[in-house]
Amino acid sequence: MSELLSPPDEAGLAAAIAAAHAAREPIAIEGNGSKRGLLRPVQAARTVSTRNLSGITLYSPAELVLSARAGTPIPEIEAALAEKGQHLIAEPPDTRAIFGTDEPATLGGIVAANLSGPRRVAWGAMRDHVLGIRFVNGAGEVMRSGGRVLKNVTGLDLCKLLAGSYGTLGVMTEITLKVLPAPEATGTLLIAVADAEMGVRALSAGLGSPFGVSGAALLPGEPMMAALRIEDFAPSVTYRLARLREALASFGNNTVLDGDAARAFWREVRDVRPLGAAAEEAVWRISVRPSAGPAVARAAEALGGRAMLDWGGGLVWVAAPAQASAHETLAAAAAASGGTCTLFHGPEALRRTVAVLPQEPPALAMIARRVKAVLDPAGILNPGRMRAGG
Amino acid sequence: MITLPAPKPEILARKAEIVAALSAIVPGDGVISEPTRLKPYETDGLAAYRQVPLAVVLPRTTDQVAAVLRYCHETGVRVVPRGAGTSLSGGALPMEDAVVVGLMRMNRIIEIDLEDRLAVVEAGVTNIGITNAVSGDGFFYAPDPSSQLACMIGGNVMMNSGGAHCLKYGVTANNLLGVKFVTIEGEVIDIGGAHLDAAGYDWLGLITGSEGQLGMVTEVTVRILRGPEGARAMLAAFKGTEIAGAAVDAIIGSGIIPVALEFMDKPCIHACEAFAHAGYPLDAEAMLIIEVEGSVAEQDDLLARIKAICERFDPISLKVAESAEQSLAIWKGRKGAFGAVGRISPDYLCMDGTIPTSELPFVLKRIGEMSTQYGLGVANVFHAGDGNLHPLIMFDANDADSFHRAESFGADILRLCVEVGGCLTGEHGVGVEKRDLMTVQFTAHELDQQRAIKSAFDPQWLLNPSKVFPLQDMPLAAE
Repeated sequence: MSELLSPPDEAGLAAAIAAAHAAREPIAIEGNGSKRGLLRPVQAARTVSTRNLSGITLYSPAELVLSARAGTPIPEIEAALAEKGQHLIAEPPDTRAIFGTDEPATLGGIVAANLSGPRRVAWGAMRDHVLGIRFVNGAGEVMRSGGRVLKNVTGLDLCKLLAGSYGTLGVMTEITLKVLPAPEATGTLLIAVADAEMGVRALSAGLGSPFGVSGAALLPGEPMMAALRIEDFAPSVTYRLARLREALASFGNNTVLDGDAARAFWREVRDVRPLGAAAEEAVWRISVRPSAGPAVARAAEALGGRAMLDWGGGLVWVAAPAQASAHETLAAAAAASGGTCTLFHGPEALRRTVAVLPQEPPALAMIARRVKAVLDPAGILNPGRMRAGG
Repeated sequence: MITLPAPKPEILARKAEIVAALSAIVPGDGVISEPTRLKPYETDGLAAYRQVPLAVVLPRTTDQVAAVLRYCHETGVRVVPRGAGTSLSGGALPMEDAVVVGLMRMNRIIEIDLEDRLAVVEAGVTNIGITNAVSGDGFFYAPDPSSQLACMIGGNVMMNSGGAHCLKYGVTANNLLGVKFVTIEGEVIDIGGAHLDAAGYDWLGLITGSEGQLGMVTEVTVRILRGPEGARAMLAAFKGTEIAGAAVDAIIGSGIIPVALEFMDKPCIHACEAFAHAGYPLDAEAMLIIEVEGSVAEQDDLLARIKAICERFDPISLKVAESAEQSLAIWKGRKGAFGAVGRISPDYLCMDGTIPTSELPFVLKRIGEMSTQYGLGVANVFHAGDGNLHPLIMFDANDADSFHRAESFGADILRLCVEVGGCLTGEHGVGVEKRDLMTVQFTAHELDQQRAIKSAFDPQWLLNPSKVFPLQDMPLAAE
């Protein structure tokens, strides 16, 4: 077990990283450690955690802006927003069930993994709403990018580079997000569809309608269920749900969910529970063009697994036997349509063996090495987290 | 005045050889080198600065762009990427010893897929050209910079362009899926694709808004969206800027996110009214244009809610459009704002800072004081929902002193934006215009970090020289 350092503040964190940099000593980076089971395991004698860098530092509801230290638990942020009738736009998933952990994710962890839920298809990913960050680079220096305003194109956008870099380019210490008013009402249309192709066509028809669909998922089962969400003021939800129901009547028998039932339904989808991943199975997260989703789902079924589609068919969650051959099959299925396959979770032995993320083309890999050398000159931050030897 | 480095004589001396090499890569009429034909390329939307480039090359394919960049990299020639040349920050300003690589001939629409809601287009397709290609089916491309009739998607990617509707739909970065990226070393790399959130580092996010510092983009995959059933605007005028600001807060606080929320101050209202006769109230200190979307009944509901909120702030005038025509009339003045100011002043500088919206009354008061101090008029238009301020500073370009005062006034406004917690540029980019102010927003360490990332892409610093980063303290690689 790696020794855990939890500095009390940004200066302490910077000092810990500077010391590791000076000693050329690899360190694992985490928040609450809720996603240790994500991607590849890191071999390091020490782990540096942001868990004690906690608390909301700025919340200005009228300006749609919230800043919090990286270690702030997501539920704490959600509660503060709910008190003012607002929410996290990208509705990040609660992945505790997948990873079998108890502690909630932190803001830093969710941004570092760029994890977004169903609303991403209409309103953007976690990284789209990061307005500014403070971070410590691999040399222990504190840096800023972006700011606290909604529109900002000043200088290179390191917020986006750091979001989704899994702690390998820098350790975010404080993050400023755009937030939005939570909708007054939520309604959902459920359509029983004959197969995945029909399901994705129904989702596309909904997303291509003028009714503002903010969630479009296809759930496994007999029959498969296509689900489309409308969120807005109550009269709008009533009106648009009725129009959507008319427009999609030909895709299959349908029913409507509203109120708490609709909200609970989308929390389940957000947290990937309808996939029903068993503890011994591996979980993949595959991003493809929506019309290619059904082919990936069929590849999963051929492996003896299941698929749940979100983002109109473009995000395919797969649960299947934890085997390297299954990974190769799914990676090939994603690549066939130009998409990307991530081994999201699985036994450590599997995560250590396979390429959990697709390789970059050589020219890009060379740029990536140079950029990594700029931000983490000694290569100490989360070595091996994303790819073996990097 | 912004300093531009003296051209390198050894490059100027090689002009014939460089033109011959480029002509071999892009045969036919692909290279421009005669001084009279180079003249149209000497400036962009920041017309106060002019430099005739060494040559202009107009490739038709990604392979040609790659070959041009590889040649420039191998022989140490600087490159200025160009789309339509509409940058307001001098992002496409040529240099005398640089080759302009213009993408206007790469204007094909490659693929439109309504099922997957995306379009793949070459970089020289105009912003409006994308919407026009899909509007027959009820779709549109969301970011709408005011230059959208002319500006090209490649330039939009490089500047991360915004527009009046980004409060709801986001800026360019939020509407992209992928790009074909060409490095200065001549490598062609597909980044992203037809899918959301590609695995691995977010190169797409880093490249977007990088102002031509990291490489060039020849193809872009954008998300297209189905348009709403309809949209309608209203106008609300108030006795003070603080009051209008408070009304904006109350609207957002009620849970309504209008698709557009535009703010104009008194000088701007007057200029626009004189120009467009839109029926704007001349006794108001501030005016809002608020647009909502949905079915007619939904529009009615939202406009009624907003009207009720505005009524709490003692408005001078509230006008809800009853029809699409009345909406257009309300927008007419705002859309013509730049032209209107152009009519009352021979020239103007359009600034582009962003501020926390709560600072609006203070910032407008300070801008008013600076206007007196510099002896120059200013009109303010403002994307109120997202805090993006566009002061139009009026000056006379034939009077050098007037121009210098306008530049100093503009710089003071941008310093003020940073001071109150905002930034130098919300959507126009740093370009050459705000380059020397970067030290106001960033520490030397932070700028060095950004420069080093540029070096990772462009080791010899050949791409879009003398922009974005202050010239002093440049790393050795820059020279």
